[in-house]
This record gives sequence, structure tokens and C-alpha cells, in this order.
Amino acid sequence: MTTQDPIYKTDALIAENIEAYLEAHQHKTMLRFITCGSVDDGKSTLIGRLLYDSKMIFEDQLATLQADSRKMGTQGQEIDFALLVDGLAAEREQGITIDVAYRFFATEKRKFIVADTPGHEQYTRNMVTGASTADLAVILIDARKGVLTQTRRHSYLAHLLGIRHIVLAVNKMDLVDYDRTVFERIRDDYAAFARSIGIADFTAIPISGFKGDNITGLSANTPWFEGPALLPHLEGVEVEDTRDQAGPFRMPVQWVNRPNLDFRGFCGLIASGQVRPGDAVRVLPSGKTSKIARIVSLDGDRDLAVAGESVTLTLEDEIDCSRGQVLVAAQAPLEVADQFEATIVWMDEAEMVPGRAYWLKIGTQTVSATIHAPKYEVNVNTQEHLAKKTLDLNAIGVAVVTTDRQIPFAPYAENRDLGGFILIDKHTNHTVAAGMIHFALRRAQNIHWQATDIGRAHHAAMKNQKPAVLWLTGLSGSGKSTIANIVERKLARMNRHTFLLDGDNVRHGLNKDLGFTEADRVENIRRVGEVAKLMTDAGLIVITAFISPFRSEREMVRGMMQPGEFLEVFVDTPLDVAEGRDVKGLYAKARAGQLKNFTGIDSPYEAPEAPEIRIDTTETSAEEAADLIIARLIP
Amino acid sequence: MTSKTLTHLQRLEAESIHILREVVAEAEKPVMLYSVGKDSAVMLHLAKKAFYPAPPPFPLLHVDTTWKFRDMYALRDRAAKSAGMDLIVYQNPEALAKRINPFDHGSLHTDMWKTEGLKQALDQYGFDVAFGGARRDEEKSRAKERVFSFRSANHRWDPKNQRPELWRIYNARKAKGESVRVFPISNWTELDIWQYIYLEGIEIVPLYFAAPRPTVVRDGLTLMVDDERFPLRDGETPEMRSVRFRTLGCYPLTGAVESEARTLPEVIQEMLLTTTSERQGRAIDHDQAASMEKKKQEGYF
Repeated sequence: MTTQDPIYKTDALIAENIEAYLEAHQHKTMLRFITCGSVDDGKSTLIGRLLYDSKMIFEDQLATLQADSRKMGTQGQEIDFALLVDGLAAEREQGITIDVAYRFFATEKRKFIVADTPGHEQYTRNMVTGASTADLAVILIDARKGVLTQTRRHSYLAHLLGIRHIVLAVNKMDLVDYDRTVFERIRDDYAAFARSIGIADFTAIPISGFKGDNITGLSANTPWFEGPALLPHLEGVEVEDTRDQAGPFRMPVQWVNRPNLDFRGFCGLIASGQVRPGDAVRVLPSGKTSKIARIVSLDGDRDLAVAGESVTLTLEDEIDCSRGQVLVAAQAPLEVADQFEATIVWMDEAEMVPGRAYWLKIGTQTVSATIHAPKYEVNVNTQEHLAKKTLDLNAIGVAVVTTDRQIPFAPYAENRDLGGFILIDKHTNHTVAAGMIHFALRRAQNIHWQATDIGRAHHAAMKNQKPAVLWLTGLSGSGKSTIANIVERKLARMNRHTFLLDGDNVRHGLNKDLGFTEADRVENIRRVGEVAKLMTDAGLIVITAFISPFRSEREMVRGMMQPGEFLEVFVDTPLDVAEGRDVKGLYAKARAGQLKNFTGIDSPYEAPEAPEIRIDTTETSAEEAADLIIARLIP
Repeated sequence: MTSKTLTHLQRLEAESIHILREVVAEAEKPVMLYSVGKDSAVMLHLAKKAFYPAPPPFPLLHVDTTWKFRDMYALRDRAAKSAGMDLIVYQNPEALAKRINPFDHGSLHTDMWKTEGLKQALDQYGFDVAFGGARRDEEKSRAKERVFSFRSANHRWDPKNQRPELWRIYNARKAKGESVRVFPISNWTELDIWQYIYLEGIEIVPLYFAAPRPTVVRDGLTLMVDDERFPLRDGETPEMRSVRFRTLGCYPLTGAVESEARTLPEVIQEMLLTTTSERQGRAIDHDQAASMEKKKQEGYF
């Protein structure tokens, strides 16, 4: 039987002196942890036990639980704690946890938030999500089975997400007769593995979630175990913000509070360090400096604020500072760069497309970013490096990330808030990946823009025209090249300086190394976009004729150009009409299976949502279409 | 260097303020749903802190059913005024016309006044983000809800298709017509809420404190006869009992508990020593298993 520890025994104080109790409880700290393991390891049972022991389960819930246990339980007549924590109806029926759930309980010293995530490999993204906010990970092992592949996976992920405190909970000790040698063998096996992946330290505890051994206090069943029991250990571990406070001051600016002309407050959550009025600070990336004037709060000005607090700061000087910039200690600035190496965890059903532009959100800043083809993917079970061209759902890899502007950052290993980011698909708005910055690439720091004396305005003025890109998009056989050719001919007659970039022609030279996979198509358009941009810098009117099937890439090219210079022309021909024409015989080949990834057949075409010009080729001739386009270009 | 250990309430407060500010920075037209309960009171207090010295830069929205306790209406108007915020009171005109009430219409009462009323109000004013005071510890299906919870253009929640939420980074991007419900106090427990109210001296509806009130016991719930619209059944006479409420909703649907707890510490004391969960006093949850999850998929908050 378990010896009872007085961790939760507070009823007496609550009943006798509630004020004293409240006073004591206002000084509790908070620890967030994640439990890693599967249903088979007794994870839900352990969490249910922690909630039950800390009186987070009430009589009405217990009555429901008892009824559910009889109906769906796997523990015979005993209460099935797992049912208590498996929340959504769909999951309860399937008997598995499919998402991240957050549970709460408290002891005399601490409030705990438990991220409860499923353990199977197909739920890697859920575990990564739960681990991202955790200070500690409890890795569950079934004492009968020892260190398994999943143990390695869970440990690797916990370490990857920067969790510094690892607890190895060897569960189901009751089923191995509380055998000391079983426990010690597992502990030693794990130690060897943990060292190999860089986990410096861990705490191993023999437990039984089902029977309650070594949970709240040391169990008489394991007299050979000196402790600590699980809960006392969780109560004693150092929390992350204590560590964050020791670093230099950094605060991503979240919101500028400007209720009137006399007040300008910079709001944010302090990511590291401390701040006091009078401290010298610098705004990044601009580099401007000032001093902290006040730390403003509803309860009066404060003389100190620390990492983990949300604050409002005012500065002594009127300097530019807005959302996304970072306030830092003047003597200890952050690095600023636009190219990084990072670990990427892919979380979306649609695989990563190297070269495509995604939104990257880091701290309070959102920028446009592209991910290069991965250097390698990591096998999450063996930690081997695999060569891969892309990353799909739940894959973890290392890749180079390029942002469209300089951002202040810190390596993830130093600070989660300044080194962790998410990627957002620009069209579905899904959060498609999580990333952790390793370091900036030197290229970003050493290659600067060389200013030239003759600029784009000069080039355009000499040609007496306004540069533009006429971007024709549409299915193969829709008439893009035909129309583009007529447009260029007409413009030439009007003495305009033009250049026509044609899809087929470019693939004979500049892009002859590219095929027709999604990734290659993205790169094809990126290069054409860059060339078109150089030509507009030279003052030309550029006409392009590319299928360019994806909205993301067309938007990316639009973003490269000066506002108003990009005119998207949707050559709208229904698939059956284009296929009926089949000038080059390509549709026939695609239908016969001889051509793969053919747009409209086995690769999608994403029609423009708001093109500047739409040509319906079933009603408009090529000549008329050309006139329409020119009328829009030169009103 | 001195270090300062943050308490759990300080960390929760910092997180909630961060969420409130993130929404204001990214949303086009946010609104705060204000139900006048203790969770709303805490959420409103956090909003005042987040934007001080400015008033919170969004209005309060009360989706009214006309059946709330009288004390709630009084505090609602006072709280909005003292925060310097606009208060929008929305009553579903169809429910008003059909005189929908909890006595005659059962679950239709909640569907029309609350679920439909909320959708109508959000659509009519074009709010793209609505703050709500839900907590993850309230109920099992809430434990998996995100802080930023997306709703389709017809306000449905898809529990299988939620965005991952990592670190303190929230993805608030959405397509036109879609909206987001944001829960800034997701990680607070009932005890945290009470402790914070005590520590910060936040005003709450007096119904949370015990007082002699006219009540009848019906179907196992102790109901307060708050006004003359309460239809008494044969043999029912309102009796004065010393009662208080652990949660507040429509008065005919909210069960009271017998209590002598007249001060905040006494209320917390009772809560800590009690053996039933908070939502037990709500008729709405007992309809069917997983009822809350079903309601949420349909658009209930």
C-alpha cells in the first residue's frame, strides 16, 4: 500500500482559517508539463490518477465516470481513469486520444497544466504542439516492455522542443512485482540512449498509476527506491521563466498603445531579462536607442518587470517603434538576419513546397518566407538523417529559410519566444509547420545591396514609358502565347519597349533543369518572376505566357513588383474547349498517361480570384483580347 | 541581480493579456462577449489592464435572453460604464416575437436566444473575432479547444480540423466570412478565478453570495423566483432559503445551492470543500452525453 503524503491534505486549514489558506495559495508557482506515452503505457490512467488524488474530480463527475466505466471501460469493475480524460465523443468511441488536451490540478505548492497528447507516430505534430509550452516531460514506459521505439521518439521530440527536465516514469511496476532489477535495467538502458541524443540529465521513478505507487509519496511496495515520488518532484523543479530572467532584456513589441497625443506605450510580453525605468534600450531592427521612462500599469507605475510578464513601457524619446520590432537592452542587441538554418516540423496534410512563399510568424512579427529543399529529414524513431526533397505530414527536417526582410531573432535553444516560429499557408490560412531557428547563415550577413547610380526611374524615363508585367495565366492551349504575341506586336507598333517571356522557350534555357513536379513548377515561376523584375528595373514592359497554375506563386511574383506594375491576365478557357483544341497534342498524351502532372488532368489549376483582366476566349477573339489588354495598360 | 518568482496568477494574467492584445493587433473588428458572470468579470478586468490607460478598444456584447437575473442586468450596465466601453445588448427578434421562454420551450430556449442570437449578432455587426470567457477545466470537450477557435462562415466548429497552437504564437488569419472565438482565460481554473477576484477586488454579481432568496425546489434544482413571470405549479410556494449560485445564466435554468457563505473567502472555502462540479447546477449539460460538444459544433459558445 501507499504511504500517504500530506500534499493535498489541506481541508483542515481551509475549514479553520480560509484567509490564511488564500494567502498561502497566492504564492503558488505554475509548472507546465507534457505526458508522453500511449494508452497502453497507462498515460490517461496516470493523469486521471493525478486529477483524482488532487480532488479535481467531483462527485457528479465520478458518478458519470462510474457509469462510463461499466459501459466502455477496460478495467472491469474498477474505475477507468482513462475515460475521465479522453474528451471528445469521437475519441471515446475509438478509445484513443487524437488531439492535445490540457488538464489542470494543483497541490499546496504549485498549479500544474498538463498537456495530454497521443503517443503514436501519426500524432507527432500533436506532441510537438504540447511540448512547445512545457517546462518538463514525463516519459512513460511500461515496465514489462522497457525502452521502445516510441520511448526514443518521445524523448527526441521533448529534447528537440527544448524541454530541459525529463522524468522517466517506469509505470505498471505492480505488474512486475515491484522488481528493483527490472526498474534499474530500464533506467540504465534509457541513460545510454538519452546521452546519445544530448539529454544531459533525467529523473527515473518507478510508479503504478493504477495502484498509486510513488505518485504522491513513497510507496511501501518499493522500499529500495529512495525517491523522489512523482508529485514532490514536479513540485520542486525549477520553472523556465526563472531561467529566462537571467538573460538580457528582450521584448517583442506587440501593440502600440496610443490613446492620445501625449501617451505612447509599447506593449508586449517580456521574452527575457528584466527592465527598470532608466534602462537604455535599443529598437531592432532599426537600431535606434532610448531609455525606459515608465512601466505603466492599472495599479500604478512599477519599478521592475521581468521575463514572463505582459507590460506597457514608455520611452524618453519619440522614436519609431511598431508591432513586430523588438525592444532590447542597448548593450546586448539581438542578431538580425534574413536567412536561417532551422528545424521544421511539418503539420499539414498538404506537403511542404520548397520555394513557395509562406507567412512566417515569429514573436509578434509576420513576414513572407520561403523554405528551401530540406538538407535532410530526421527519422523520428532512429534519429537517422534521410535525403528528402520535401517534408510531409509529421516529418521533421532541417532546411534553410529565407525571409523577405531582416528580422531580429535568437537561436531557439536560447529562447523559445525569439527563436520559434510557425508557417502559415497563404491561401488556406492553415498553420502548416513549426520551426526552430538554429543560426543565421553568413550569406545573409555578408551580401549587401550595391547601390547603382542609374536607377529604375532613369531607365524608364529614357524609354518614355511606365514599366509593367502583363502576366498571362491559363490552361495549356488556352491561347496565352497567341494573345501575348499579338500584344507585343501591337505595342511594338506603338514604339513601346517590350519583352515576351514564353513558358516553352524559357524551359529550353534558363529553366531546362526543371521538371513538372509541384516544387519544380514553383521554382520555374520564381525564376521567371526574378527575370521579369530585372526587366522592369530596366524599364521594359514584360509580357509573360505561363500556365502558372498556383495562386501562391502568382501572388509571390506580384509581391516582387512595384505596386500597380503587375497586371494579372486570366486567359479563361474551359478545360473541354482547351482539350478540344489540343494544338500540341499534349492533352491526348496526358489522358493516355504518358504525361504526368499535366495541369487540368492530374494537377490542379487554381483560377485567379481577382485578376486585373479576364479574357473569356469562348466569346473574345485573340485580336480583341490583345486590344482589351492594351487598353488596360495604356488607358 | 534579484530574480522575482512569478506566481501562477501572475503567469495566467500575463498570458491572458498577451492574448487580448494579439487579437486587437490582428483582428479587424473584435468584440467581447460579456455574460455578466464571474468569468466575464475577470476577462473584462484583464482587458482593462491590457489596454490601460486607454479603455479596451472594442465593445462589449451581451447576447440577452430577457431571462437573466435582475441583479445581472444591473451589474452589466454599471460595469460597461465604468470600463468606458460601449455595450451592445442583442435580443433575437424572432425569439422575442414568439415569446420563447424556458418554461414552455425547453431546449429551444437556449437554441434560439443564445445560439441563434449570438450568430445573428455577430453577423449583423460584422464582428470577426469574439472573446469568450470559457475555460478548459469546465468540461471535457473544452479541454481540447484552442485559444483561437475557428468558425466557418455558418459558425460551425470542427473539432477534427483545429489549427495547432504552439508557444505563444497565435495564427489569427482567416478567409472572408470566417470568424474566430478567442478564449483568453482558457488556462484558468475555477479556483484561479475566485482567487483572482479576491486578490484584485473585482466586483461580481451579489448572487454569488448567500442571502435569503425566494426559491422553489423543482426536478432536483433549487430555483429562484426572481420575478413574477415564474409560473408556480400546484402546491409550489416560494420559500425563503439562504442560497447562492456557483454559475449564473437564465434564472429559471440555474440551480442554487443552499449556503451561508456571505463573503468571498467563505464562498471560496465552500467551493474548496464541495464535492460537486460547477456545471452541475446547469440544466443544459444533463440532456445527453457529450451534449456540450454537440452544442459547440452547432455554434453555441
